Parts: sequence; structure tokens; C-alpha cells
Amino acid sequence: MGNRVAIVGAGMTKFVRRAQETGKELSYHAAKMALESCGMTLDQIDAVVLGTAPDTFDGVHMKGEYLSDGAGAWGKPYMRSYVGGGTGVFSVAQGWYHIASGLIDTCLVVCEEKMSSYQPHAQAAFLTIFDHTTERPLKPNLLWIFALEMNRYMNTYGLRKEDIALVAVKNKNNALDHPCAQIAKAVTVKDILNSEVLAWPVQRLDVSPVSDGAVALILTNETIAHRVTNKPVWVEGVGWALDTSYWTNRDLCYPRYVEEAARMAYKMAGITDPRHQIHVAEPYDPFDYKELHHMEGLMLCGKGEAPQLTVDGVTQRDGELPTCPSGGLLGVGNPIAAAGLMKVAELFWQLRGEAGKRQIARKPKRGVAQAWGDLMQVGTVVVVGI
Amino acid sequence: MSDRVAIIGIGATQFRSISPDLSYKELMFEAAVKAYEDAGINPRKDVDTFVTCAEDYIEGTSIFDEYVPDQIGAALKPVHTIGGDGLHGLATAFLQIRTGRFEVAVIEAHCKPSNMLTPDGIEACGQDPIYNRPLELNTHFIAGLEMNRFCYETGITYDHCAKVVIKNRKNALNNPIAGRAAKLTLDDFKYADGIACPLTDLDVAQPVDGAVVIVIASEAKAQALKKNPIWITGIGWCNGTPSLESRDWVRPEYVTKAAEMAYQMAKITDPRKEICFAEIDDRYSYKELQHMMALKLCCECGAGQCIERGITDIRGEFPVNPSGGALGMGYLYEATGLARLYCAVEQLRGDAGKNQIKNAKTALIQAWRGLPTTSAVVTILSVSGGNDGK
Repeated sequence: MGNRVAIVGAGMTKFVRRAQETGKELSYHAAKMALESCGMTLDQIDAVVLGTAPDTFDGVHMKGEYLSDGAGAWGKPYMRSYVGGGTGVFSVAQGWYHIASGLIDTCLVVCEEKMSSYQPHAQAAFLTIFDHTTERPLKPNLLWIFALEMNRYMNTYGLRKEDIALVAVKNKNNALDHPCAQIAKAVTVKDILNSEVLAWPVQRLDVSPVSDGAVALILTNETIAHRVTNKPVWVEGVGWALDTSYWTNRDLCYPRYVEEAARMAYKMAGITDPRHQIHVAEPYDPFDYKELHHMEGLMLCGKGEAPQLTVDGVTQRDGELPTCPSGGLLGVGNPIAAAGLMKVAELFWQLRGEAGKRQIARKPKRGVAQAWGDLMQVGTVVVVGI
Repeated sequence: MSDRVAIIGIGATQFRSISPDLSYKELMFEAAVKAYEDAGINPRKDVDTFVTCAEDYIEGTSIFDEYVPDQIGAALKPVHTIGGDGLHGLATAFLQIRTGRFEVAVIEAHCKPSNMLTPDGIEACGQDPIYNRPLELNTHFIAGLEMNRFCYETGITYDHCAKVVIKNRKNALNNPIAGRAAKLTLDDFKYADGIACPLTDLDVAQPVDGAVVIVIASEAKAQALKKNPIWITGIGWCNGTPSLESRDWVRPEYVTKAAEMAYQMAKITDPRKEICFAEIDDRYSYKELQHMMALKLCCECGAGQCIERGITDIRGEFPVNPSGGALGMGYLYEATGLARLYCAVEQLRGDAGKNQIKNAKTALIQAWRGLPTTSAVVTILSVSGGNDGK
């Protein structure tokens, strides 16, 4: 019981707007790269877990079953977990409990998303996520409800759009060093503020793109980890929490569900002072304000303080607490579940010193990744360390 | 610390062909209230993790996991969804408790197919979008093809399959929550509507609305909360190929592999002798026989003779689907496996009323996710937590 769980390999496809590959093929490529990265073969994998967001993207019912062979699950114990946008980070928790249970020694974690199959635009797939009686008749979409949330956040703390835009500038610039990035770009605050308004205060460059892509990790128990690599990255804590479906009844200025998930993960990891015990963070950033929101939920700073940390350069790659050194969803891209797992993969590479041009010079020893989803409702958190 | 995990609470609604008076949230609430009362727990204080099982297309809502927490008392707690049968959810909760980080877990599954306007269309969306869907195959047509091949290769007759239906729907007459109980004879099959020869409408389990909630716990917690918990001694799950073209249409290897994993954990070497009764997936009549073979539960004479000689009758040597199965209780999509688990726990507790099997100490429950999947789960339950035998 309570077996230690390590990440020993990672693989990732390019994130692109429209992949020529099918979802099965994307899963296959990521899984193959992850296996090759640690010199393992599929025969050595005991179980496979898969994360992928709504079936409506691909128009395939029971998408987990459809993707199973591409993900390497033929003839193996296989399960698909699901917490909307939080799925990518949750899938690491899923792999963790498989191995920590003592029943499974090695687990392949695959996250895939192919949003381009949805024509003309994947945003329409979200029209059916709302309550069929109280909300769908109003025809809301995600941009509108996140605009509400962003407004509430700005209003509560008296924030300026310029300060929030700095997150997009940082992440899109960071992504210039990521070989798999979809929309890396050297942009300025002015570019963000001049981009098309989608639903005020959300503008085009405040938002991550629609993407296709897949990411895979290999998780093993301690014995096998030491056999496979001399640089295992340990899963020190996992946490998740799902708040009420009635999102309109909540104060949108603070993600309490992220805090609950973080508390669960920190307790497991023995973290009492996250701001100082965590060296690198990959908070979920589908919108620029969300990175700030989530830094506060992760208790990496006080409520309403995240924008100032960004202004002060603390969250830059060479800052005291680098956030989204990968480039995040705003720069690398947002194939929903795969984007969440990309964040854990980034921590894996950063902690091993294998992040190439993105490498944080301070040699981080512990990192936190977090994802968010559903109706501004779920937080999933993973703490990893060496 | 012990690795043992037990079932301490069960709750289910009635399974009905329609339920215009209740929303899916109300169905879930009813099952949850019953399960928590049975386990003697308060979900807000005593539960460490919640697992729900659902598929978006069946619910008619994208990212359906958004809508589960409130009615099961799980808001702002660790909750997640598994895109799988309720027994996949059981396996998930089992793994979580075995980590030693969780003591009490809740598993929920439900369905309300009476809300589905186009179930055939939805099920067809589960087929490969490139190779199969252009052929416009109805899912039951694929089952008809499989039934044909299975009967041809094994020598099992259509009458054997019909007798499975007669047995299961009869068993359901004495199961108060069953929604598709009936007294049938072989004659009824002569006049049954054909669906995809040799499959008739009587060979297909008909959908019902309902919800099931199960509470499981670590050994220490189970013994503190429940006088006679039912132990989960083995669990296994496995996927075969999703491709229709390359699978074995006679022998579902994935069921055998899932069973081997569960048997090994439960230290069962001769399942037929060491298990008292089984709840086996019977989405289609022939599936009960096919799954019995894959689970190695047939005697020497084969699955056909098992049904022919009444061995799998409720009063037979090895009762199969004493609950009435999916054919008798109704098909509950992702809740099908949990419904069977619910009935198996009632049997092992001695609470199965007129359907009670004498001295039922060990049970096997198996789920399959229906066509076009090759996804199966097998679990072994026991009264003592050890290998009780018969």
C-alpha cells in the first residue's frame, strides 16, 4: 500500500489546428514516443489509461473505446477517465492510483484530442454542455461565460486588462522555444489589446486556440522506475475536486474547487508552504486571466495578488516562480485533455533538466500542474518532484 | 494495513420502461439516499471519493460529469467520471481505496433511455467513423451476424438462446426492482419479430430507466460500519480490439483475460466449483452462453447443455442470472453492471426474497459494454473475504 509512483517517460505530438492523422494515430504516435523515451516496449505495460474530452468533438460515441487500440490498450486493462477540461491532469492521478494500489506495476497514460473534426468550429460542441432546462434556451457559449468570470475577477480586485494581457505575452513568447507549439509568437501587450473583441473583456489573443494533438506518459512503481531510468520524477501528490453544477450560484472571482484539489495534493506531498516549496508551476491557462485565477487557487499567492507577480516578472522563466515555462495553452495550443497532460510532461522535462531552450536555469526540484474544466467547476492538481 | 475492500452499502431505484415523474437527477438521488442509509454514512462527512459512470451521447449532454455532484452529496469533493460500465467504476474505486489514501468510496451509474429519441442512431455513432459507419450498420444487425457465427461454430442452437431468455425473464418475476419480467415459452419465439436473423426482438434486452449507487470501504472502515460487509475478492478488466473486422466473433478473449485477472486475485483455480452463482452480461440472449464459455463456467457438456439441462436455472446446480439479468431486469446502459452487482450483494446477504439461492457465499459478476465494444469487467464477491468455495 502507498507505493511510490514515478514518471519515467514522456512523448508528445505537435499541436496543430488540423492534423492529418486520425485520433487513433495521434494517440499511437504519442504513446510510441513515450515508450521509446524510456526504452520500454508495449509488452512491458500492464495497464493503459486514456483521457479525452467530449465525444462530440469527434462525433464518436464511446470515444474511449474507439481510441483504445491506437492508445496501445489491445488485450490490456484499460479505462477512460473524464472530468471535462480537467481530464489531462486527472489522467496522471488515474495512472497514480493504478500503481499506488499495488495491483499494476506499469501504466501508459495517453491523452488525445482532435477538435478539428468538428465543422465548422469546435466551439459549437460546447453548446450542449449547458443545463437543458435553465441555460440552453439562452444559447450561451464558453466565451460568454468566461467573459463573465473574467469581468468578475477584474471587478473584484480592480485589475487592468493590460496586466492580465502580460500573461498571454509571457506564454506566447515562452512557446517560441517549444518544438510542438501551435501559436508561439513574439507579441506585445499592445497586440493583445488591439486584437478582435470576442465577448468583452475577452479578446482573440486572450484565448487559447482550437487544436489537435496527443501526449503520453509512462508511470511505473519504484522498483521498475529505478531499473528504467536514473532520473525518475515522482508523483508526490494528486488532488481533484468538483464543485456544484449550479455555477450561477457561486462567486466566480475565486476558484474554490482548485483550492480544495490543491489542498488534497499538497497534503499528500507534505507541502505546507506552496509559495516556497514549489519551484515551477503549470497552471491551466486556456485564457490569460485563468493562469492568474489558478495561481491564487493553488495558493501560490494571495487572492488578487497574481497579476502583480506577473507585472513584477516573478513568473517569467528566469523569475522566482516560473509559471507556464512550456508556453502553456496560450502558446503551445489547447487540444483539451492533451494540453493538460502536456503540462505534466513539461514538469517532467524541466525537473530532469531536459527542457532544452525552455530549461529553467534555477534547477527546479518540485513542480505543480493544474487543469480546470466543466462549468468553471473542477480542479485537478498533480505535484511532482525529484 | 489490509488490502481488503468491501461493499457496505447498496441502493437502487426501480427499473422501469418509462419514468416521466423523475429526472435523472432524481433517480440518482433516490439510489444514493438508499445506499447511504444502507451503509449508515453521511456523504458530506464520511465519503472520501466519488466515481460516476456515464457516456455523453447517452445523456444527451456534453461533458456530462458536470451534472453529477449535487444529487449524490458530492459537491466540492473528489468526484470524477469513468467512461465505462458501473463495474469499471467499481474497479476504479477499488484501486483508489487500495492506495491507502481513501477509506470510503461511492460508485454511481444511471440511465434514462426513455428520454432518448434515437437510440439506434446513438449506438451506431459508436462504430468506427471511417470503416464502418458508411455501411450504415444497425448495432443489432452486428449482433445478429455474431449470433449466427457463434451458433454455427459452437453447435449452440437458437432454442438454447431462447431458453436463456425464458429463464432470465422468469427469474425477474420474483425480483421486485426488475422492469422486464415475463413468462415466456418457446412458442413465443416462433412469433417473435425478427430483427437481424437469427436475432429476434425477444433476444434483445430492452432498455429501462434507473440508477444504482454502491458504497465500498477499506477493511477497517467496513468492519466499523457494517456487520456483514460483502468482500470484493477479485476484479479484472480488459479491452480487446475495437475493430469489427479483426476480432474473434466466437470467443471474446477480453472476457477471458478480465476473468483471469479476477480469478488470480481471488485465488480461484476452478471457477465452476469455487463460485456459487454468476450474474453474466446478457445484452443479447446468446451473449450469456458466449460469456459463460469465456468465463470458464460451463461444465464438460458445454454452454448449450447447461441451459438445456437446467443447470443454470435458479434452482439448478449453478444459477446464472438469478436476478433476471439484463433480459429480465432491463438494459441499463452504463448502469447494467452495477444493477447486477446490487442483486448479487442481496443474494450474498440472504436478502433476495423468493429468488434466494441457498448457501450463496461467492458470486461472479461480469459486464460488457455492448456493441461495438470489446470491453469487459469481471468481479468476484464473497461473504467471508476468503475463498469460500461452495
